Parts: sequence; C-alpha cells; structure tokens
Amino acid sequence: MTEMLREYLPILIFLGLAVGLSGVIVLASYILARQKPDSEKVSAYECGFDAFDDSRGQFDVRFYLVAILFIIFDLEVAFLFPWAITLGHIGMFGFWSMVVFLGILTIGFVYEWRKGALEWE
Amino acid sequence: MIIQALAFYLFAAVAIASGVMVVSARNPVHSVLFLILAFFNAAALFVLMGAEFLAMVLVIVYVGAVAVLFLFVVMMLDINFVALRQGFQQYLPIGALIGLVLVAELVLVFGAWVVAPGAELAATDRIPAPDQISNAHAIGLVLYTKYAYLFQVAGLILLVAMIGAIVLTHRQRDNVKKQRISTQLGRRREDSVEVVKVRSGEGI
Amino acid sequence: MDSLTMMPALPEIFLAVAGMALLMFGVFQGDKSRHWMTWAVVACLVIAGAAVPQLADGRSLAFGGLFITDPFAVFMKELVLIGAVLALIMATGFNEREKIARFEFPILVLYATVGMLLMISANDLIALYVGIELQSLCLYVLAAFRRDTGRSSEAGLKYFVLGALSSGMLLYGASLIYGFAGTTRFDGLAEVLAGNDISLGLIVGIVFLIAGLAFKVSAVPFHMWTPDVYEGAPTPVTAFFASAPKMAAMALFIRVMIEPLGEAATDWRQIIVFISIASMLLGAFAAIWQTNIKRLLAYSSIGHMGYALIGLAAGTEEGVRGILVYLAIYLPMVIGTFACVMCMRRQGRMVEGIEDLAGIARTNPGMALALAIFMFSMAGIPPLAGFFGKLYIFLPAIESGLYTLAVIGVLSSVVGAFYYLRIVKLMYFDEASEAFDRPMGRELSLILVVTGVFTLFFFVSPEPLVGNAAAAAAALFGG
Repeated sequence: MTEMLREYLPILIFLGLAVGLSGVIVLASYILARQKPDSEKVSAYECGFDAFDDSRGQFDVRFYLVAILFIIFDLEVAFLFPWAITLGHIGMFGFWSMVVFLGILTIGFVYEWRKGALEWE
Repeated sequence: MIIQALAFYLFAAVAIASGVMVVSARNPVHSVLFLILAFFNAAALFVLMGAEFLAMVLVIVYVGAVAVLFLFVVMMLDINFVALRQGFQQYLPIGALIGLVLVAELVLVFGAWVVAPGAELAATDRIPAPDQISNAHAIGLVLYTKYAYLFQVAGLILLVAMIGAIVLTHRQRDNVKKQRISTQLGRRREDSVEVVKVRSGEGI
Repeated sequence: MDSLTMMPALPEIFLAVAGMALLMFGVFQGDKSRHWMTWAVVACLVIAGAAVPQLADGRSLAFGGLFITDPFAVFMKELVLIGAVLALIMATGFNEREKIARFEFPILVLYATVGMLLMISANDLIALYVGIELQSLCLYVLAAFRRDTGRSSEAGLKYFVLGALSSGMLLYGASLIYGFAGTTRFDGLAEVLAGNDISLGLIVGIVFLIAGLAFKVSAVPFHMWTPDVYEGAPTPVTAFFASAPKMAAMALFIRVMIEPLGEAATDWRQIIVFISIASMLLGAFAAIWQTNIKRLLAYSSIGHMGYALIGLAAGTEEGVRGILVYLAIYLPMVIGTFACVMCMRRQGRMVEGIEDLAGIARTNPGMALALAIFMFSMAGIPPLAGFFGKLYIFLPAIESGLYTLAVIGVLSSVVGAFYYLRIVKLMYFDEASEAFDRPMGRELSLILVVTGVFTLFFFVSPEPLVGNAAAAAAALFGG
C-alpha cells in the first residue's frame, strides 16, 4: 500500500510546486509591482470593449450530440484498459467477451454513421 | 504515513469546499469548473485508498468527458441563472434539513456498524491485497469472465444511450450541399468538357 | 464457482441480438423500414414469449448465478411481454397519424423490454441495477419521443432527473447492504441475514433500496413524476409505461423483499404498509379533481400499485399470489383503457379532457361500452375481473392480521369508485357532444375487444390464471 503511494509522491510534490509557484507568481505581481490605479487607467482603451454581459454564447445542440457520443466511446476505452492487462489470464472467454462488447458498440457506431450523426452539415 | 494523512485532509477539504462552490457559485460556468476540481480531488482520494484504476477512470471519463458535456449543457441553455437562483433562499431550509437527516443517518450507521458474522464467508470476491496485484489487474480478472453478463448489459446500455441521443437530438437537414468524393473522382473529361465547332460570326 | 451457462437467458439474448439486427436493417433501409419494424419487433417478442416457459426448468441459474429463472420469473416475464406487444400494436396507427413514427420507436420498446426481463431475472444487486438502468434509459427517451412538443420533452426531462435521483438512492442502499453483508448475491444475502441480528446499517440500506424501488412502481411518496410524465408522453408510450414497466418493477420489488430480505420482514413490513396506505389514499383522493383523463389514469395507477403492495405487506405466499393475480388482471384492464383514450380524437386531433367523454354512449356506443367495462372493473365491481384482483389481495391481508390495511384498502376503493363511475355517468347520461373520429383503427378495435372480453368474462374460469400465479408464488417461497 505505502509502496504504491510512494510512487505517487513525485506527483504530489509536483502538485505542491505547481500550486506554490502559481500562487507566488500571482501574489508577487500584487506585492512587488507599483500600483497606482485611477479610473482612466483601468478603463478599457479605445478599441477595447467593456464586458457587458456573460461571455457565454449559446451553443448548437449538435455539440451536445458529439459530446455524448464521445463519452460513450470514452467509456468503451476505459473498459479496454483492465482487459489489456489481464488478457493473458482470462483466456478465450475473456477475449470473446470483449469482442462481443466491442461488437455491440460497433453496431451503435454503424448506426450513428448511417444516420449521419457524425457529419456536421 | 504522516504525509498520507496530510494529503488526505488536504484533498478532502478541497473536495468539500469545491462541492460547496458548485452549488453557490454565481456563474454556472464557474460551477462546472469547481465540479472538475471536485472530481480531481476525488480521484486523488481514490489514489490514497489504493484504487488507482478508479482514480484514472474518474479523470478520463468524468473530467475528460462528463464535465465537458456539462459545460456544453450550461452553454446551450439560454437561462437567466440569476433569476433561477432566486428561489435558493426559499429552498435552503428544506435542503439543509434533508442534508442533516442524511448526515445523521450516516453517523448512526457508522457509529453502530457491525459486519454480519457470516459476511466474511459469504463474500463472493475477496479483494486481493494491493501489494500483490494492481487493481486494474484485479478488476480485469473478474470483469470479463465472472461478471461478463454485467459487462455485456453495460454494452447494451451504451448502445441504447447512443440510439437515444440520436433519436432525441439528431435532425436530418435538407438542402445541405455535401462533398461526394466518389462523384468528384469519378468525373471524366467527357462528362464535363464538350468541344464545339464554332463558325465565325454565328456564336453558339 | 457456478457455471457460466447462458441457456436460461436465451430469450433475452435472442431479443438483444434481434434488436441489433433490426437496428441495422432499419438504418440501412432508412425511414421506410418503420412500416414493418413494429411487426418485426412484435414477432421477436412473441417468439421470446413462447421460448420463456420452454427454457425454464424449475429454478435455474445462469452467468455464474447473476441471472435466475423460476416459475415466478416466467409468469412475470409473460405479463411484461404481453404488455409490450399490446402497447406496440397500439402505437402503430397513433405514431403514423401524429407523424412521429420512426423505426427507432419499436427498437427502444424492445430494449426496454429486455431491461425489464433482466430486472425480473436479477439474482444480484448489480444485475438488478443494470437491468433497471437499461429499462429506464429507454423509457426516458420514449417519454420525450415527440421531441418537438414542449410537453413531451418536459415529461422526458422530469422522468430522467427524478429517475436518476431514485437510481442514486437505490445504489446508495445497495452499497450499504453490500458493506454490511459482504455480498451482492441474493442467495448470499439471505444466508447472511438468516440467524443474524439485523444491524442499523443494513436497515438504512434496505430503506434506501425500497425508496428506489418504490419510485419505479410510482408508489407514494415517490409518485410525483407519474402524473406529469403520463400526461406529457405520447399516449401509446403512456400505455406502455402504465403496463409493462410496472409489472417488471413490481416483480423486482417482490423478489428483493421476499428472497434476500425475507428474513428482515419484520423490519420492512411497516414501510411497505405505509407506502401502500399512502398510495391507495392518494390514488383515490387526488384523482377526484383531475380533468385530464391521462392524469386521472396516472393517479389511478398509483392507487392500483398501492393495492398490489398490500399483498407484499402480508409477505406470505398467498399475498404474493394475490399480487400476481392482481397484476395479471390490471394489465389488460389498463391497456384497454388506454386504447379507449387513444380513440378520443376529434377532427384528427387528440382530446384528453374527461368532459370530452360526455354522451359518447350515443355517438360511439362500442367504445363507451368497453370503457364502461374497464371503469367498472377498476372500481372493483363484481363480477368483473377487477373485483377478483382485489379479492385475492384483501383475503391474505386479513389472514395475516393486517386488518387496518385491508379496511383502508376497501374504503379507498369505495372513494376510487366515485371517479370511475363518474366517467360512466358522463358517457351514458350527459348531453352528447361531438362524436369522435371514425373509424378508430383496426388494431385498436382488436385490442379493445380482446381486453374487454377478458375483463368481462374472467369470472367464468379464473382457475388457469390463479393456478399459475399460485405456482409462481410457491416458487418464490422455495416450495
């Protein structure tokens, strides 16, 4: 258990460094830089626009379709990882089990394709 | 050991704090970003428990795909979220009450936790010790053979999800000009070029 | 380790594979395929219905014990398949007329049915969950199938959000139970529970599990989605919702409560009693003020689930037999009623107000007669089928000493009779309004005749059904 966690220690250190460094950089600009704001300085300059509103723009529903189809295949790939590691131990049954699973999703893929869900226009 | 404990408290605290921010952030896009932070911390907690595979799946599937989908949904809806939030104060007491009941239940349950005496024997799959086998390996050993049934039904669920998403959102667009590569390539000189003798002074 | 045989699950495997094949045919042929698709799916369901009793040889396990077939499962599967077939046949004309016919519709119904069959055959908490999810996912899409109208989309969304919440509760409960008992297998759970004290954690787990299951059968206090979804979904989809998924969810409910949790009966009985009473009362009273026939039927179905749960509260073999008889009678009754609702069409548009039924006895006598039969039967007036359903439910409750439950049941069915009979009064004694469009369609008349005759003449020979139900119930109790 601890052996495994030790392998993650560099990541933890890296995470700490990243957080610390980004914090230092942000703070340093507050502390070190000379700041004398006035209303002209902070206002948007000439061609700059004031942000009136939320920057959200409405999206087409088709983005959603693409995203949900992506999730499905993402999950399929997630199922492949343990299978790939254990392929030597689970025998033919395990192999064919995955092939059937992939077959089911391939049927879905063909359906998508023929339906034109993968085309943008 | 002490680092492990410290890391646990750090990740747990950040996870809870970002969970609170998900519901209280004013801007829905920020909510989604806090949700992603919460997912990352949950993944770190999984790692601390030794469940590496779950941690990675959480990052790949939830952060990589589900959170993006949430962002799309937030973007897609043209809702005034400030107006939507107005009922918040009103629902707060009842929400807090339900939360309290759940917490009380959890405390009660874990306070009086007794594992049934037969449970050890009945356990269908003892979890192998993590130092002997990595847990992606342990999952792989049972998922595709012993639990193949559940695995295939999961495949069917994904298939239905595909059909459902297409049925509900896909529209056949007419009047769309598509590139047909086969017709493009199949085009020959004879089909498109015609040599016409033009007599002078007459035109075509 | 149990063998990984899959013979007992052959009907389900057949349906799943056939669904994929039909999906491919459909998508390669384009939208023209919708004309034959319904009938192809109906044929598949009928084949599966014929195969189900053939393959079940007593009690047999498949897939390493995750999947079980026994006479109980066979009985409930037949009900589900009948419900699905009738709802599909009803949908054909409707979808064409409303211009929402697409070849995916029957396929989604097919996969929903597969999910229900898996639910009925679940012998493990995870198998239970995946079955429910397969079913629910199809149902969410079906509810929103008429995606261009706001009401249908709203129904789909509401159903989905609340359904996801209930799935979450169910999972939470299942994980607590697993944490306590160390196994998700039903037979393993039963062994662990036998002879041990039930710990608090397990009780909390069971409560959450019951909450999730009660949502699926739409019992009070988890009924809120029902009226909105019934009203918003296209009518044949509503007919499907009211029939097949109810059968499957109830079967699952019974199996979970009796097989793994039977030892904890004293702990869960009071919850079931409460749910049952609340459902009956709400079903009886809330329906009185409804003006939309689909909403009224939604409350009516909540009430009916309350009656069925009385049998579960009794927790005896007779009680379960009562539920099975009740469900088997409820199924044709509710399908027939929805067939009547689908006949309510004026100048090509559907009407759903109860007032629209006024005086149709003169303009559409056949349909009025059929609807009157169903209403009398739902009210439980002898000698119609509905009366026998209630009889087989109330008797075991009294035998188990649940007098309050039985008395409240009888009282609420008296209140319920008020609104059923009001519809009959409207049809036969009120001023005639405009007639409904004729003809109503061959498939609808066929369904009306079949279900009407069953409801009317059930009393002539109730033995085959009751006998089968008794055998099915006995199988559950290890008899």
